[in-house]
Amino acid sequence: MTKFGEHWEASFREMVVEAGAKAIADAGIEGRELQAVYGGSMASGRLISQEHIGALIADQMGLAPIPSTRCEAACASGGVAFREGYLSIASGAYDVVAVGGVEKMTDVSAEDVAIALGGAGDQEWELFNGATFPAIYALMARRHMKEYGTTEEQMAACAVKNHANAMHNPYAQYHKAITIEDVMKSGYISEPLKLLDCSPITDGAAAVILCATEKAKKLYPEKAVEVLASSQASDTLALASRQSMTAMNATAVAAQQAFAQAKLAPKDIQLAEVHDCFTIAEIMAIEDLGFFKKGAGGKAAADGETALNAKISVNTSGGLKACGHPVGATGVKQVVEACWQLRGEAKGRQVDDAEHALTQNVGGSGATCVMHIFKRADRK
Amino acid sequence: MFKNVGIIGYGAVVPRMRIKLEEIARVWGKDGAKVSAGLNVREKAVAAFDEDSCTLAVEAARIAVRNHDAARIGALFAGSESKPYAVKPTASIVADAIGASPDLTAADLEFACKAGTVGMQACMAMVASGMVDYGLAIGSDTAQGRPADALEFSSGSGAAAFLIGKNPIVELIDTFSFTTDTPDFWRRQHAEFPQHAGRFTGEPAYFKHVLSAAKGLFEKTGTTAKDYDFAVFHQPNGKFPLRAGEMLGFEKEKIKQGLITPFIGNTYSAASMIGLASVLDVVKPGQKIFVVSYGSGAGSDALAFEAKKGIEAARQPEAVFDLIGRDKVYVDYAVYAKHRRKLKTL
Amino acid sequence: MRHALPLIWRKSLERYRLIGCSCENCGTDYFPPRKVCPKCRRKGKIAPKQMPTEGKVYSYSLVHAAPSGFEFEAPYHVAIVELANGVRLLTQIVDSDAAKVKIGAPVKMVFRKIFEDDCEGVIAYGYKFKAV
Repeated sequence: MTKFGEHWEASFREMVVEAGAKAIADAGIEGRELQAVYGGSMASGRLISQEHIGALIADQMGLAPIPSTRCEAACASGGVAFREGYLSIASGAYDVVAVGGVEKMTDVSAEDVAIALGGAGDQEWELFNGATFPAIYALMARRHMKEYGTTEEQMAACAVKNHANAMHNPYAQYHKAITIEDVMKSGYISEPLKLLDCSPITDGAAAVILCATEKAKKLYPEKAVEVLASSQASDTLALASRQSMTAMNATAVAAQQAFAQAKLAPKDIQLAEVHDCFTIAEIMAIEDLGFFKKGAGGKAAADGETALNAKISVNTSGGLKACGHPVGATGVKQVVEACWQLRGEAKGRQVDDAEHALTQNVGGSGATCVMHIFKRADRK
Repeated sequence: MFKNVGIIGYGAVVPRMRIKLEEIARVWGKDGAKVSAGLNVREKAVAAFDEDSCTLAVEAARIAVRNHDAARIGALFAGSESKPYAVKPTASIVADAIGASPDLTAADLEFACKAGTVGMQACMAMVASGMVDYGLAIGSDTAQGRPADALEFSSGSGAAAFLIGKNPIVELIDTFSFTTDTPDFWRRQHAEFPQHAGRFTGEPAYFKHVLSAAKGLFEKTGTTAKDYDFAVFHQPNGKFPLRAGEMLGFEKEKIKQGLITPFIGNTYSAASMIGLASVLDVVKPGQKIFVVSYGSGAGSDALAFEAKKGIEAARQPEAVFDLIGRDKVYVDYAVYAKHRRKLKTL
Repeated sequence: MRHALPLIWRKSLERYRLIGCSCENCGTDYFPPRKVCPKCRRKGKIAPKQMPTEGKVYSYSLVHAAPSGFEFEAPYHVAIVELANGVRLLTQIVDSDAAKVKIGAPVKMVFRKIFEDDCEGVIAYGYKFKAV
């Protein structure tokens, strides 16, 4: 993957090529061995006035004429691209495919980014009325505070922990430790969410190579990471139409399916990359995924139970908050982090004895959730 | 001719924000107390950023039709001189919003501050003729005044709507109008703020037309001021209506209930109509009401009404004096300038 | 222009009057209106229905960082309002002191300008709510 951050010199296509070339080199294959490409990008039309991203990726990577398809599911575009790649191999159609995620967000003004991201929600009935994405998560946060007594300090703890993790991730956008006080003092974006509760605007790309399990085990006995489960669920675009505003049903449904496929329980997972576009989202995620009881996520975060090598290591990459959130790339970055951790390559932020990792990637305010569970290669 | 035709429902709205005249005077280096006393206006209502004469019209219309089947409205006239669209009717938006559409005729009317009462006359004629079941007449303005201009001290925001039909709660006795070409106040196409002719707007304009229409109606109906319990006049400030009333023989007490401008400013097309609404808040069956509007340019409509038995049950839920007294928020000139888009970049 | 004119116009009746729909098969009300009842799907029978115009605040937020088109009104309240029939919608809360915008606070619909495309463009009107 590329480093995440504000890349004033690098264009969308340059970032794609950098991440793709690194993934191909890591796999030790030739580009011509790839049979298909799946690329996640949420809003390239709004952000760089460029659609037809699938073909663009194949073109720029020098992979044409292989099929190359763009996947879009708002902020879950990367995760969904990965799942499509996984399904294409699981179906037997291909043996080796590349999956990429990319977003170039700094070519337009922050206001235009906000409008582009707003497309992840219900434009006609929610964004139309003056809601913003922070506002939609703020509405969830307010309910969570009301129903479970979650506090602004508990939410802040997620940001503090993710910034601490990012200190050891060379690819992260921020290498700056912050305190609860820093978060609490930062200005309100949409009450009760403050600037430091929110993930930033980021450029970046990430890529992985997928290959059929038996072949991978043979080729890369030490390196290969196995996909144990892949699941995806949907919900209403409009927040107001949801049964609950303090739980994401798409996450709960996807989690149930993923754990059943993997024949694992939450306690078997050592690390999780969850979708913390806002701090409240991380609290809801660790509850909906079953790591903590509903309503206990805030306290767990404040008590340090999600810190590196605590009860469960959550967002060792720094999460969306501190590693950065190039929307289409995030879902693939989560997979990259899971691979590094399961291979034991996450220097400075390595989870001890990491055997199983989970990634949870959310689109919009929970209208899409895509989830994967990974297992490290059997060590000799 | 007008037997059994009149008002069957009414509603008035006033925006929540107020600015004191003293605050406006402070900005322009004038003596606020003197300006306020000179105009007999203490404060004026300020429409918010997301309000305009259309939203106020809809709110007033909803109150007026709340006990009636809006689909029976066959004519809807929205009177205003601060239309959100120079071309494109407010009336069609109101019709859609209150459920009167699509089987009706509708139009916006403009005659400075009397566009609303013209609408009432048209509706009453259409109901009387049997052309429509119900007619809805609205006066609504977010009145404009150029910064520092005399008008800025009095131009307020508000709306009133009257549903006209048969078996009225307030029956029309008769109406008389007086119109001449007298350019005392105008706004040219593309101009942001109106121009006015200073003191010319007094004697040859306001007083001549108001008094002529009033006397015309007295004569037509064979009545005098003594025959009425309430009188409402167009109220560009708090003083003109008192003087006009005095000249016509109305005691101050009869004018007080319908004199609203001192508390919310001149609401232009809505001014005499909000005054009438305030009278309907208290009038008893059998009492008579005398109304004279005035629109620059110039003309006056005089209307005489008698309250009927149904009036008590049909009063609006919030009386005008409640609206002007309750739940208001005072703003300073800067906040007022933002909401009324007097900053150049807005 | 942020919104194409037909996009604003197409749903204006629903926005002006709060017209949703109801599935006559299962009796569930929906706002915004849907073409298919998610509970009954092909067995459902969708018909337009006037929603109640009063409700209670279910959740709220004061928006400080406003999107373009709303920036001059910031900070403003958005809320999820639960209507008297249990249907929830996202709306702005106006004309209300912050102390009155709380979970459970009673609110009623008002008619307001939502945004203008620009000073010469079309105006989008619709519902907002205010504390009672």
